[in-house]
Amino acid sequence: MASTSKKWVLGIVVLAFVVPLLKPIFPDAISDYRLFLVSTMIIASIAVLGLNLLTGFNGQFSLGHGAFYAVGAYTAAVLMDQLSVPYWATIPAAAIVCFIVGYLFGLPALKLEGHYLALATFALALAVPQILKYKWLEGLTGGVQGIVLNKPEVPFGLPLSEDQWLYYFCLVVMVILFWAAANMLNSRSGRAMMAIRDQYMAADTMGIDTALYKTVTFGISAAYTGIAGALSASAIAFVAPDSFNIFLSIKFLIGLVVGGIGSLTGSVIGGIFYVLVDNSAQALSQFVKNDLGLPFDLSAYTVFGVLLIAIIYLMPMGIAGGLFMAWRKIRGAR
Amino acid sequence: MRRRDFVGGAGVSAAALLLAAEVAGQKKYDDGASDTEIKIGHTGPYSGPASSLGIIGKCIEAYWKSVNEAGGINGRKIRFISLDDGYSPAKTVELVRQLVEQERVFCLFDTLGTPSNTAIHKYLNQKKVPQLYVASAASKWGKPKEFPWTMGFQPDYHTEGAIYARHILANVEEPRIAVLMQNDDYGKDYWEGFRQGLGANAAGKVVKHVTYEVADPTVDSQMIQLAASGANVFFNVTTPKAAAQAIRKAADLGWKPAHYLNIVSASVGTVMKPAGLENGQGTITAQYLKDPTDPQWADDPEMKAWRAWMSRWMPGAVQADANYVFAYAVTSVMHETLKKCGDELTRENLMRQAASHQRLHVPLLLPGITVNTSPTDFYPVQSMRLARFKGESWYLFGDIVSAEG
Repeated sequence: MASTSKKWVLGIVVLAFVVPLLKPIFPDAISDYRLFLVSTMIIASIAVLGLNLLTGFNGQFSLGHGAFYAVGAYTAAVLMDQLSVPYWATIPAAAIVCFIVGYLFGLPALKLEGHYLALATFALALAVPQILKYKWLEGLTGGVQGIVLNKPEVPFGLPLSEDQWLYYFCLVVMVILFWAAANMLNSRSGRAMMAIRDQYMAADTMGIDTALYKTVTFGISAAYTGIAGALSASAIAFVAPDSFNIFLSIKFLIGLVVGGIGSLTGSVIGGIFYVLVDNSAQALSQFVKNDLGLPFDLSAYTVFGVLLIAIIYLMPMGIAGGLFMAWRKIRGAR
Repeated sequence: MRRRDFVGGAGVSAAALLLAAEVAGQKKYDDGASDTEIKIGHTGPYSGPASSLGIIGKCIEAYWKSVNEAGGINGRKIRFISLDDGYSPAKTVELVRQLVEQERVFCLFDTLGTPSNTAIHKYLNQKKVPQLYVASAASKWGKPKEFPWTMGFQPDYHTEGAIYARHILANVEEPRIAVLMQNDDYGKDYWEGFRQGLGANAAGKVVKHVTYEVADPTVDSQMIQLAASGANVFFNVTTPKAAAQAIRKAADLGWKPAHYLNIVSASVGTVMKPAGLENGQGTITAQYLKDPTDPQWADDPEMKAWRAWMSRWMPGAVQADANYVFAYAVTSVMHETLKKCGDELTRENLMRQAASHQRLHVPLLLPGITVNTSPTDFYPVQSMRLARFKGESWYLFGDIVSAEG
C-alpha cells in the first residue's frame, strides 16, 4: 500500500515537471496564464500545509495564518527592494523570520487553548496589515502603497517563459517542503506532535515535552506559510497591506477543512480548491448572468458558499477524506 | 473530399474577407475587438472591506447594457466582464491576467482602487493593454512617458491641493496656514500639490503642519496644536471620520479660520451632519460633478435624464449616492472614446483617441468643466469649482478653477 501510494506521488510529480514543457505543442491549453494559476495553487497548497501542520497534526487552532503569510511576503519584498537580494534567497530568509515570529507567538499561545487561541491568532491577522502601515515601518514597507517588485527572470538563458520558470521554482519548493513534512511526520517528533493532538495528558505523562513541541510546531507552521508568502511576493510582483486582509486567513482555513484536516494530500487539494473554486465561482456567476441571460444576479460568494456547504455536507472529512472513503467502499465491494 | 472542399472554401472566403478589409483600409482589430463585439475588462470590490464601492461596477455594467440595447457603438456590442477582487491587489493581478490572457479583452476600464491599480500598472504597460480612466485619484496615473498605456479620470489630489492654494493666495490677506494631513500617500499627494500651488515664495505661509494616522481614534491633540499656532487658514486633508472630528473640535476651541476641506470628506451625510451642521458653516471644498442631493440641480435636464436612466436601468438604487454619478460620467467618456475609434479598434488607436479629447462635454460634470487630454496630458478632468457650505448643503461660487496644462 505504502509503495503504491509512493508510485502515485512520484508519477504526479513527474507529470507536473513534464507537462509545462509541452507548451510549444499545445500553446492554448498550457498558456502562461494557466501556469501562473497553477503556481498560485502551489503557493496556496504550501500555505495550507503550514496551517495543517499546526491544526491537523498538532491540534492547535489558528485563524490568523494570513499574518505569517504577510510577514513572509514582506520579508521577501523588503529584501528584494532594499537590499537587492535575489528572489530565491528570500525563501530561506522568510522561513527563518517566520519561524522566529511563529515561535515567539507560540510561547504565550501555550496558555491559550482551543477557542481562545483561535481568537488570539485572529487578532494577529487583524493587526498585521495595520502594523505594515505604521509610520516607523513605512520606509521599509512602503505604507499603504506597498512595494512594486520585478518578476523573477529566467536564469542561465533557459528557453522558458517567465511564468514557466516561476512555476518550476514554486514546484521545486513545494516538493522539498512536502517531502520534509512527510519525513517529519513519520519520525519520532511527528508522532509526538500527533500524540499531543490526540491525548495531551497522555503525551505529557509519557515524557513528551509538550510545551517545546507546541511552540516549535507553531514556528514550523509559520515558516511554511511564510515561505508561501515569499513565493507569492515573487509571483505577484507586488505587496500591499490590502492583499493580506482577514479573508486570506479564512481562505486558508477553508482550504484546510475542504481539503482534509491532518492529510498532506488534503493540503494540496485544499490549495487547488480555493484558487479554482474562487475563480470558477466568478466565472459561473458571470455565465449565468451574461450567457444564459437568467435574471439571477448571483454574487460569486453566493456560488462559493453553496459549493462549500455541499462539499462539507457530502464529504465531512474533506475532499481527501471523501475520496479515501469512496476508494475503500469500491475496494470493499469487490 | 467534402471536408477538403469546405476547408478550401473557407480559406478562399477568409482571404477574400481579408482582401476586402485591406481594400477598404479601415477595419483593424486587436485582441478583444471584432465586427460584432468589443470586450472590456474591469475589476472592482464586490466583496470585502471596500464593497460599498462595488456599485460603481454595477452602474457601469448597466450603462453598457443600455448602450447595447440602443444598437451598440458603431454597430458593435459591448461585452463588459467585471470581476470581484475584494480590494485585494494580489487578487487583482490574478484576475487582470485572466482578463488579458484568457478572455483577451480589448482594454481595461475603470479598475478600482489605488493599490489594485498599482499592482497591475507595470504588467499592463508591458503587455501594452490600455488601462483607461482608472477609478483612483492618485496623481501617478498621468505619466505618459513612463506609462503610456495608463490614464486616470477624475481631478487628482495633487491638482485639487493646488487649486486650494491658489484660492487662498488670491482671497486671504496675510495667510497663516495650518495643515492637518493623514499620514499616507493620499495625504502626501495633496500636500505636494498644495505646496506647488503656493509657490516658492509663499511656502513660508504654512505656520503649522501636523499629521495623524488613519487608525488614530481622534485628532483632538492635533487640532489643539493647530489652533494654538494662531493660523487664520486651515487646510483639512482628512478622511471622513477625522474630518468630522476636526470640524467639531475647531468649533469647540473657538478657532475660526478660513476652512478648506478636501473633496474626500465633502459628504453632507457622513461628515457635515456628524460634525454638527452649525460647526461647518462657511467651509470651502471643490467639486467637479453635479451632486445628486444638491437642490440647484433638481430641474437640470442632464440630472433629470440621469434620474430617468437610473430608474430604468438601476431600479431600486439609492440615487443620492454620488458614486452612481461618477460611474455614469466616466463611462460616458469611455463611450465617446470608443466611438471616436471608429473601425480602427486597435489598442494603439484607443490610447490615441483617449489622449485627444478637446473640450469634450460629459454629462453630469459641472457646467463649464470639460474633458481635455493630449499626448502629454493624461489627466482628463483638471478643473473644479469651489463650493461653500451653507445651511445644509454646498453652494458653488466663483469661476471654474483649473490646473489644466
